[in-house]
Amino acid sequence: MARVIVQRDGFDIAAEIARMAAESGSDVGAIVTFTGLCRAEKGALAALELEHYPGMAEAEMERIAHEAEGRWPIDALTIVHRYGKIVPGEGIVLVLVASAHRAAAFEAAEFLMDYLKTHAPFWKKEHRADGQDGAWVEAHARDDVALGRWQS
Amino acid sequence: MKLVYFAWVRERIGVPEEERDLPDSVHMVADLIEWLIGHGENYAYAFENAQAIRVAIDRQHVPHDAPIGNAKEIAFFPPMTGG
Repeated sequence: MARVIVQRDGFDIAAEIARMAAESGSDVGAIVTFTGLCRAEKGALAALELEHYPGMAEAEMERIAHEAEGRWPIDALTIVHRYGKIVPGEGIVLVLVASAHRAAAFEAAEFLMDYLKTHAPFWKKEHRADGQDGAWVEAHARDDVALGRWQS
Repeated sequence: MKLVYFAWVRERIGVPEEERDLPDSVHMVADLIEWLIGHGENYAYAFENAQAIRVAIDRQHVPHDAPIGNAKEIAFFPPMTGG
């Protein structure tokens, strides 16, 4: 069962790892975590404002988690995605995957991130440090390329 | 029909959501986009590159040739930039 959370507040990586280790049983040999952070863009960025589609964001994250569980022998899976205003250095997204061995956990974590980037309904708007109007962050073609390797 | 908009699609149209009675001529998502474009410059601006706009019917991604059927909620938004 995947734990999928969409929240405004920050997350505690160590607490999530401890929770997963405690709940996922004694045959787990690997927990891989990925944390996506807000970059300062060399001081140009004051913050990111993340908009999301309430209801669909959770549903899509559940679908992506379910897909991963069908592809790899996963013992536990957690996805936390934040919305609202996030400043440089803070976490935006957290993915944890527990499995018996590391290969499945690493691969599943990459798969989850590639799908989250392209399928989870979140959008980033920049708040610039110089006070000028920030732009919406544009989607990168490289994210679609990254997705392609899971679809062959 | 409830229509919802996100990110710069929402900003360009000027409202986050609205209720619309769709004419019988609107069968699939592409028809709906074409019909909305006829409702003002704000819609034309939001859908100026219609191919790039992503669509969800009842909170599931769908292609532009998807039938609208008995949808309750249709969402329009730019390519996603989460993660």
